[in-house]
Amino acid sequence: MGMEIGGILNFLVSFAIMASIYAIFSMGLNVHWGYTGLLNFGIAGFFAVGAYTSALVTSPMPTGVLTNYVKQAFGLNLPFLVGVVAAAMVSGLIAALIGLLTLRLSEGYLAISTIGIAESIRIFFNNESWLANGPQGLIGLPQPLHDLFPPGYYNYVYLVIVLAFLAVIYVALERGIRSPWGRVLRAVREDEVMASADGKNVFLFRLQALILGAMIMGIGGALYAHFSAAIQPSVFEPLFGTFIIWAMLTLGGTGNNKGAILGSFIVWALWSWSTFVILKIVPRGFETRAPFIRYVLIGLLLVIILLRRPKGIIGEERQVSRF
Amino acid sequence: MAELVVYGIVLGSIIALGSVGLTLIWGITDLFNCAHGDQITVGAYIALPFVSLFSWIGFLQAKVGPFSFNWGLALAFIPAILLSIGLAVLIDRWVYKPLRQSGAHFITSFIASIGVAWGLRGLIYIIWGADFRFYTKGLRPMLFLPLEIKLRLDEIFIVVVAWAAVATVYLFLSKAKMGKALRALADNRGLARVAGINTERMIVWAWGIAAALIAIAGILYGIETQLRPEMGWIFLLPLFAAIILGGKGSITGALAGGLVLGIAQQVSTAWLLPTYKPAVAFIIMILVLLFRPKGIFGRRQM
Repeated sequence: MGMEIGGILNFLVSFAIMASIYAIFSMGLNVHWGYTGLLNFGIAGFFAVGAYTSALVTSPMPTGVLTNYVKQAFGLNLPFLVGVVAAAMVSGLIAALIGLLTLRLSEGYLAISTIGIAESIRIFFNNESWLANGPQGLIGLPQPLHDLFPPGYYNYVYLVIVLAFLAVIYVALERGIRSPWGRVLRAVREDEVMASADGKNVFLFRLQALILGAMIMGIGGALYAHFSAAIQPSVFEPLFGTFIIWAMLTLGGTGNNKGAILGSFIVWALWSWSTFVILKIVPRGFETRAPFIRYVLIGLLLVIILLRRPKGIIGEERQVSRF
Repeated sequence: MAELVVYGIVLGSIIALGSVGLTLIWGITDLFNCAHGDQITVGAYIALPFVSLFSWIGFLQAKVGPFSFNWGLALAFIPAILLSIGLAVLIDRWVYKPLRQSGAHFITSFIASIGVAWGLRGLIYIIWGADFRFYTKGLRPMLFLPLEIKLRLDEIFIVVVAWAAVATVYLFLSKAKMGKALRALADNRGLARVAGINTERMIVWAWGIAAALIAIAGILYGIETQLRPEMGWIFLLPLFAAIILGGKGSITGALAGGLVLGIAQQVSTAWLLPTYKPAVAFIIMILVLLFRPKGIFGRRQM
């Protein structure tokens, strides 16, 4: 019995870690879509860039027998926090390049372009084995403070780390959106022509929002990499790396950071807990196919929210300036 | 190289089939249908039970001419097309129509189509599993052409059927009254409405045409390679690239765009890994968007 409770607790902790990482992605998407109206369907691309950057920055170069199995362009063996900062920087830099190319496109085209960018990034990591070991990916990534705690309790420590990042990002965004800068973003979203008539450089504000959101997603990617301690390109497929996050933000409430967090926990609970229920009720022989019921569930959920409650559970708050 | 171009025409014919419906829906409803690729997958899989069903009937077991498949598969096109149309019309009625009528932004429908895509793929995984499926087993007769071109006989069938289907639709759109109304709607919605064209009825027709072509594309691609749950998704980028190349709502543009994309993707394998094909499609798309956002083939008066 004690064993069982321990198992449930462990499950809940790793659930909370993943849901919090997804909440960080959702807040990044909220900067893009919720605040600025940028249709980023390439979250998986920034997710991958963040995860791979931090992995390469923090892991040592393979030595000995490992050199036969693991190819990576470099391994800097630097601390975790350096990895996270590097992930944010590289992700932001790539967003800047993408933004310069695509931000002048109309919204529908931007959406399709970002799908293409994310797919191209994933395929690139998959094909270019010299960079980060191709389809096998990188394993045994370092975990911060790992040696200070008994292995069985490490996830509790990591949960605290992730929650700290979540809290800092949340507070920073809430302050940002209530600042004059945040008001311009929403003005750009609501009426681009009026905003530019008001003397605001619409392109520049969009670019800043794209970079900021991408940096947050890069941080999320780094946190994921050090949690799972193993990454491979298949993690960054559009379903798992992009669309589930859209479902989360849409469900919770576009334009609302609390909604982004709430939606992430609900959708991730549906995704990770439904497996148990489904496996209990399906007939024998169907076990391998049953998990795909979740695809249908999430797809249906997304459609139903858009039809019945397009503003999500919470919806956008009225922002009153404090300045 | 000549061989890659020929393979490109085969692939391009399938892309062209899918892109006609996609551009028609885009022109008429503003929707970029993200589920288009997965609807192609459904079209391919939906033919499977009919192929097995028809294989019980003796005379349908005979191979069609020199091709690798039997008459059962040839006949399975009909129920697959009908079911594909039924599915598309139902999805429109349950998802896109309520969104249109609530005056939702076209982006909302775009996001909804991702949900639809997800649901369809999940259903395919549940019903048929993740393993590869084949319509037929056994030899696939080859043809040796000059210039060292090796071609499967099936591929000739694929190209012929694809372009016959496209030609039929093209004739319908340029000659039939209904077709002309559809094109008018894709061309100028406001004007078409003023002229008394019933938009909702036209949208059902557009979905019908798109879904018929989708089913044909799916089965042809299933004959060309094999059936797998992600087979349609990989078409999404080339499909979008093709219709952007062709210009919004332009049928001829989409056809030309489809061919260009098919050939470009296959020829790129001379230098790049085949897994880079979607990236090639994407780069073509982004170049068009940056330099010729209205498409290259533009809109021609029919």
